[in-house]
Amino acid sequence: MRYLPKSDFERCEMLEACGVASAEDLFSHLPEAVRLKRPLDLPPGVSEYEIVQYFRDRAAENANGYASFLGAGVYSHFRPVLVDTVVARGEFLTSYTPYQAEISQGTLTAIFEFQTMICQLTGMDVANASMYEGSTAMAEAALMAVRVTRKGRVLVARSVHPEYREVLGVYAKPQRILVEEFGYLADAGALDAEDLESKMDDQTAAVIVQSPNFFGIVDRVKEAAEIAHRHGALVILVFTEAVSLGILEPSADADIVAGELQSFAISPSYGGPYAGIIATRDKYVRQMPGRLVGQTTDTRGNRAFCLTLATREQHIRREKATSNICTNQALIALMATVFMTVYGRRGLRELAGQNLAKAHYLASRLKPRFCGKFFNEFVTSTGDKAAEAINKALLKKKIIGGLPLGRFYPELADSVLLCATEMSERADMDAVAEAFQ
Amino acid sequence: MITKVRPHLSPNERLLFERSSPGKVAYQLPKLDVPAVDPGRVLGSENVRADIEGFPEVSEVETIRHFTRLSLWNYAIDHGMYPLGSCSMKYNPRVNELVARIDGLAWAHPYQPERLAQGSMEVMARLEAALAEITGMDAVTLQPAAGAHGELTGILLIRALLEKRGNPRKKILIPDSAHGTNPATAVLAGYTVEPVRSTSAGMLDVAALEGIVDPDVAALMITNPNTLGVFEENIVCVAEILHAKGALVYMDGANMNALMGIARPGDFGVDALHLNLHKTFSTPHGGGGPGAGPVAVKKALEPFLPVPRLRRAGKKWAWDYQRKHSIGRVRAFYGNFGVFVRALAYILAHGGPGLRNVTLDAVLNANYIRKKLEAYFDLPYPAPNMHEVVFSDERQAEKGVRTGDLAKRLIDYGFHPYTVSFPLIVPGALMIEPTETESKHELDQFIDAMIAIAGEVERDPETVRAAPHGTRTSRADEVTAARKPVLRWKSA
Repeated sequence: MRYLPKSDFERCEMLEACGVASAEDLFSHLPEAVRLKRPLDLPPGVSEYEIVQYFRDRAAENANGYASFLGAGVYSHFRPVLVDTVVARGEFLTSYTPYQAEISQGTLTAIFEFQTMICQLTGMDVANASMYEGSTAMAEAALMAVRVTRKGRVLVARSVHPEYREVLGVYAKPQRILVEEFGYLADAGALDAEDLESKMDDQTAAVIVQSPNFFGIVDRVKEAAEIAHRHGALVILVFTEAVSLGILEPSADADIVAGELQSFAISPSYGGPYAGIIATRDKYVRQMPGRLVGQTTDTRGNRAFCLTLATREQHIRREKATSNICTNQALIALMATVFMTVYGRRGLRELAGQNLAKAHYLASRLKPRFCGKFFNEFVTSTGDKAAEAINKALLKKKIIGGLPLGRFYPELADSVLLCATEMSERADMDAVAEAFQ
Repeated sequence: MITKVRPHLSPNERLLFERSSPGKVAYQLPKLDVPAVDPGRVLGSENVRADIEGFPEVSEVETIRHFTRLSLWNYAIDHGMYPLGSCSMKYNPRVNELVARIDGLAWAHPYQPERLAQGSMEVMARLEAALAEITGMDAVTLQPAAGAHGELTGILLIRALLEKRGNPRKKILIPDSAHGTNPATAVLAGYTVEPVRSTSAGMLDVAALEGIVDPDVAALMITNPNTLGVFEENIVCVAEILHAKGALVYMDGANMNALMGIARPGDFGVDALHLNLHKTFSTPHGGGGPGAGPVAVKKALEPFLPVPRLRRAGKKWAWDYQRKHSIGRVRAFYGNFGVFVRALAYILAHGGPGLRNVTLDAVLNANYIRKKLEAYFDLPYPAPNMHEVVFSDERQAEKGVRTGDLAKRLIDYGFHPYTVSFPLIVPGALMIEPTETESKHELDQFIDAMIAIAGEVERDPETVRAAPHGTRTSRADEVTAARKPVLRWKSA
């Protein structure tokens, strides 16, 4: 087999050195009762050619050559060529977690740059080396807020991604953290501050808001923060569309930022792998989950980087750790790092500006349901037509339309969420607009 | 003598922020085909940022050189062996990278219509079925993002089943040899942890276990083979003890590389386990991730699996969200799909008989290392080992050289260190797992290096204690890094 590097002759030599006649003899201590007495019921191995063909066939069963207006937490952005060029290097792709600093300075330096850029984008003091993805980052941020405040209740806006809220519920339940939701304004599509105020109490650890929110609206973080802070709660700010950070003012009011970097050159790939982040203020760093890289010097006095503050982590603290997370999304975070470098200080702003222009062009030909300000996604009503009928007509033109919202928001059953990015072409947007007429 | 490596020059490189200079760019966007909008007007000027202060400004060629130079400072599987115990650092086949990037798979949006995602769903269904067969379990969820996430999912499933039976119970039993993620997971799932000690043979103490399994115990989390590389020979009996008291058995599948085609957890009493696709199934470790931590379960736990589940609807796959006993979802969307593609490609390449050969070679390699090194290093647990072997630094410690020093000296010989100081039940542990993808030549070089270092400890312990000497970065001051954390770059 091509992945096994020994000849049968070498195997014999090694077996002889071990003093056994066959490799099976090395398992002779296994009790009879635990042994598998038949071959695995899987077909024999195949060639590289057949593997490629198998996956090409599967890819052909998916959408190919469609323009897509889906967003809702996963966005279609162009992936600069340098991203895959860098992550395809075996030195990054096939390296281990950088515990051995002397031979891991490449990964460690790149993570330090990643942490720095996430701080620059979010306005936070410190960012970790990545979480699995956005929803678990948000759930872990909530647990972190509970540890910081020693309070047991969390309030989350209904305008936060519905699947993120589901994950929060799953993480909160065994910790006996009470999760309650507050609403959004039917006209603006932004969080309902009055509803938040009415549900706020002094046992609330955190208020969780997303901006741009699930409806694409730049949400009223400042108003929510004023209420939260007045009651001694932390503010967790969530983002799912990282490109928006190129143009939106970072919140001065958030205590923890939890987000998803999929927009930064990470393929949609049917839902993963992506990279989440948690960023926060210096004073909360010791309650933060996940790996952190820090700067130090080596014995010769040269600048060096190493994993640090590991006493928060499971391999040191075991049951007293801030999280059980071990493997994170390092290579995906590296993709985001290369993306941020390629676009840089000017480019990310220009990219965000193009997204803004495309989405507002599309919106100008449709009627957004909410009056709140939006970035590159907005909700629109389907009027007399059913959302499914509109999308079916669009599929015939090789266009995947917006996401029907009834599944997540029964009150928005007549609405779809549409996203336009720099990759959306005017002709396709015109076709979408026509389908709604 | 060091024969595997000799020094060569490696370039210095500043941080991106130190390389930046105003006005440089590495991008060009297409011309807008719609009217530009004034951000202040559509977003409100208070919401628009003036600048991203400190963000890099570098050219394309400087970008590629920057990251290429950094890459040269890394060790990697493509350079040589990673003898890291319990990590299964094996060769990452490159065809797996190619197929994960095929457009129809890589650009699939998780919310695209099901009839336009049948290929992705088929890949997931086929992987689920293969993992169920390899583990001997009844159902698999691919949703968890990594091993620890799989552990959490598995323990939440157990909690849900026990809750439905009337009482979620209070404790999780964890052997003293377990990975750190196990106790951290138990606490995250709302349980307290009770340790179970190992016998002098390096196996779970069945008598001690019997004494502590009471109606408060929800489950035992066991690793098999355990972190000494020793197969828990009493596993069937252990499972019976737990099951007799209404508790369950969770297995940490980190060491599945020792069992493929030989023994199946589902056949020896395990109720739930996770697999690490980035260990056993060869998906690249990527400097710390991404991985994937599918969880395989027995029938009794199946109703509680995360939503959505794949369901056959006629000739098509569909997502089933209507499962009233489900614990809910443990992450957004369906899992690390790109990792599934790679793992399935690996399973297809080996096939059933091939996976068994993987295990045979992995165990042969570990035993070969043991045989060649046991004259030089203390072997605290002489039980037969499987895919990994654990020595201790007892002999070298007499000369003031500890396992961490031996590991650092290994770097000078051209190898990544083994796993240091773990498992905790072995003071000064050297935990060595070669995997099946090392050639005899590479193993012999490793063995020679270890023997040479053992000799140096006798003659010149100081050289070992101060290692590594040949790297561009010497030992980092980790104490200062933790006392005065510098976690981001700031302009001087």
